Order: sequence, then structure tokens, then C-alpha cells
Amino acid sequence: MSDAVHDVLTAVLVLAGALMCFAAGVGLLRFPDVFSRIHASTKPQIFGLMAITTDVAVNNFNVGTVTLIVAIVLFQALTAPMAAHLVGRAAYGTEHLRPDLLIVDELAGRGAPGSPGAAFVRQPPPD
Amino acid sequence: MMQIVAIIAGLLFALGGLLAVYRIVRGPSVLDRVIASDVLVATVICALGAEMALNRHTDNLPVLLVLALFAVLGSLSVARFLPGRDST
Repeated sequence: MSDAVHDVLTAVLVLAGALMCFAAGVGLLRFPDVFSRIHASTKPQIFGLMAITTDVAVNNFNVGTVTLIVAIVLFQALTAPMAAHLVGRAAYGTEHLRPDLLIVDELAGRGAPGSPGAAFVRQPPPD
Repeated sequence: MMQIVAIIAGLLFALGGLLAVYRIVRGPSVLDRVIASDVLVATVICALGAEMALNRHTDNLPVLLVLALFAVLGSLSVARFLPGRDST
């Protein structure tokens, strides 16, 4: 690969990752509730990491680097959605949400035992 | 050209990290703080990787692996053991 193409590829991927991180910061600042902030926060965790690690792999293309980068992306892709899902579930169960911003609430009627949303709601302790 | 790219990328990383810190400090609920700390960890991961890419070495890759593996534990434990209906 020629040197100019190499530099341009490096610059584009680094700037893509940096832009994702900045966009996540702006999203955290501007979005109104927990769910939309989760939406903003998962972008640099996967897409930014993939752009940056692809950049590292392009710059040092050998077996050890590529293997380690595949492991990094794999572990991040396993753990980041799990964390986001748990935070979202906790946000729904403890009512850290704004119901006026929801378009569809498939867990409505969640208080009733046996309803689909019953598992998501932490019941208040018996007095 | 690479120095200009490095400066722009550094500014974007710094701004993203600062906005995440602002949300950690202000954030109306504990879940907002957890999400913002996740964003802060992701920003640190991306900044370490960008430094590797711009300087053409691979010294930070084990750090990235450890962060990708263990950054989940904080938000996982807070989300799991969150007390119900706090207003803070």
C-alpha cells in the first residue's frame, strides 16, 4: 500500500473514532432520559472501537496484532450490550424513565403478577 | 498532516470525555452516572487506540483487552444492586 493511501486511511479511521466519542458526549449532554442516553453511549463502545482497532490492524498487519484485536472487539461486543441491557432493565424497573417519550411500552400493565412485564419490575418490599 | 489529525482527534476525545464527566457530576440519577462512566471508559479505550494508530506501535493492546473485558463490571453491579425507586 502506498504511503499516501496509508496516511489517509489512518486519518479517516482515527477521526471516525474520535467523532463517535464526541457524539456520545454530546448525546449524554443533550438527551432527555436514561434510554436515549443509553442509545448515545453505545456508539463509541462498538463503532468507535472497531474503527480505531481496524486502524491499528492496518498499521501493524501481522498475526498477533490481528488476533488480539479480534479478541478485543469480540469481548467488547459481548459485554457492552449486556451492560446496556441491564442498565435499561434497571431503569424500567425503578422508573427512571419518562413515559411521555415512549412510543410503545410493551411492558405496560406490568404491575399485575403473570403479566409479561412482571419480571422486569422490582416489587416493593412487604411492610 | 498527521499532526493536524492528531490535534483534532485529541480535541474531540477531550471534549467527549469532559461531557461524560459533566454528566457523571450532574447526572440526575445513578443510572445516568453509570452510563456516563461507560462512555468515559470507551473514550479512554478509543484514545489509547488512536495513540497506537498514529504512532504505529501496538504496546497498548493488552490494556485495551483488559478494559474491554472488565469495564462492564461497574455498570453491571450498579444496575443489578440498584435500590428501588431512588430519587437522587
